[in-house]
Amino acid sequence: MANLKERIARRVAKELKDGDVVNLGIGLPTKVADYIPEDIHVILHSENGFTGLVDQAEAGKENVDVINSGGVYVNHAPDANFFDTATSFGIVRGGHVDVTVLGAMEVDEHGNLANWIVPGKMVAGMGGAMDLVVGAKKVIIAMLHTQKGRHKILEECTLPYTAKGVVTKIITEMGTMEVVAEGLMLTEVHPDYTVEDVQQATGCSLIISSEL
Amino acid sequence: MINKLRTAEEAVAEIQNGASVMVGGFLGTGTPEILIDALVKKGVKHLTVIANDGGLPANPEKENSRARGVGKLLEAGMVDHIIASHVGMNPLVGKGMNEGTLECTLIPQGTLAERIRAAGAGLGGVLTPTGVGTLVAEGKDTLNVDGKDYLLEKPLKADFALVRASECDSFGNFRCSLATKNFNPLIATAADKVILASERIREVGEKEPDTYTTAGIYVDYIVGGEQPWQI
Repeated sequence: MANLKERIARRVAKELKDGDVVNLGIGLPTKVADYIPEDIHVILHSENGFTGLVDQAEAGKENVDVINSGGVYVNHAPDANFFDTATSFGIVRGGHVDVTVLGAMEVDEHGNLANWIVPGKMVAGMGGAMDLVVGAKKVIIAMLHTQKGRHKILEECTLPYTAKGVVTKIITEMGTMEVVAEGLMLTEVHPDYTVEDVQQATGCSLIISSEL
Repeated sequence: MINKLRTAEEAVAEIQNGASVMVGGFLGTGTPEILIDALVKKGVKHLTVIANDGGLPANPEKENSRARGVGKLLEAGMVDHIIASHVGMNPLVGKGMNEGTLECTLIPQGTLAERIRAAGAGLGGVLTPTGVGTLVAEGKDTLNVDGKDYLLEKPLKADFALVRASECDSFGNFRCSLATKNFNPLIATAADKVILASERIREVGEKEPDTYTTAGIYVDYIVGGEQPWQI
């Protein structure tokens, strides 16, 4: 499982370009930072209030005034800049974040995303997720393809939306899918799987890219 | 010049049962702990707390671990209603909701910030694309501007704001270090009474005006002795 998540993080990192402003969600998306190519400069945005996030601070060397949005003490870059929450989300909604990477409970072929609430269960809150997916130019969903065999990629989300029609790309351990006007297009398949495997693990019918 | 300096006890004395209180901080970072402690000691009830989150609970695996920030108010059973963007890090919120002792209103983080900013800036609300087509839109007006849908989100005010600064002057001009800013400069503009706890208080004129990023005119009371958080 850890290897599959690393594989996903490594593949997501390839989406990032020199100069991109990127927001990484908690969990798997955070790992993407470990695989950013060294020859490009990516600016990580931390929605609690800064750009220039680097990595987790070493124990004993924490600056108690610098956490990431998960409450973890982190290091910041020399070109970091710190701001209040209104500015931070102005950056997000204003289109100044090029890419956001986050997980999903469900995502559908229309690019609708559900990742914040399961009715009847304890609700953690949407935090900054709703703003991020609406504001970022590119929304990449990084997740395991299924949840214990249950489909997460669907014709229609069954859970309440985080936002409608916002997802650009879905990257899983099985492959990469792009949201296009006609639906969900499978553009890459990991060598461990066939196109049929991916289709079987998916709850909507995939458009297969002519590249495959 | 009006003397705004108070002890923490004096500063929170006016906060009564049923008050609405904004609290600065993000998972405790940037929360004025000395004001929270004074409020817990005073022991008011039925508060409406407006903050980014529910703070942090005490860590049972760590010796002498205490709840942090808003977590202390929840632990003391002082809160009837919490208005926040994320409460998943503090199980006390879920527990209170299940037991019916706590109401929780969740607001997207950027919207929470803008609603507070709108209140402090005299705006009738803000139009945001965040939440369109979701549960967040229920009961709200959706307006179409130049072909795009936005939700009308109304201003959010409070009776009190508990603000944390790293440094201020005795007039109340202040600055918050690094990631302690978060909601602090915003809530300072949006409450009837604004209480500032600072790590350092300097004389007026001791440092250049550019030192401070938020104007002292917003601040009613200043309390010294706020400590850097001890990990």
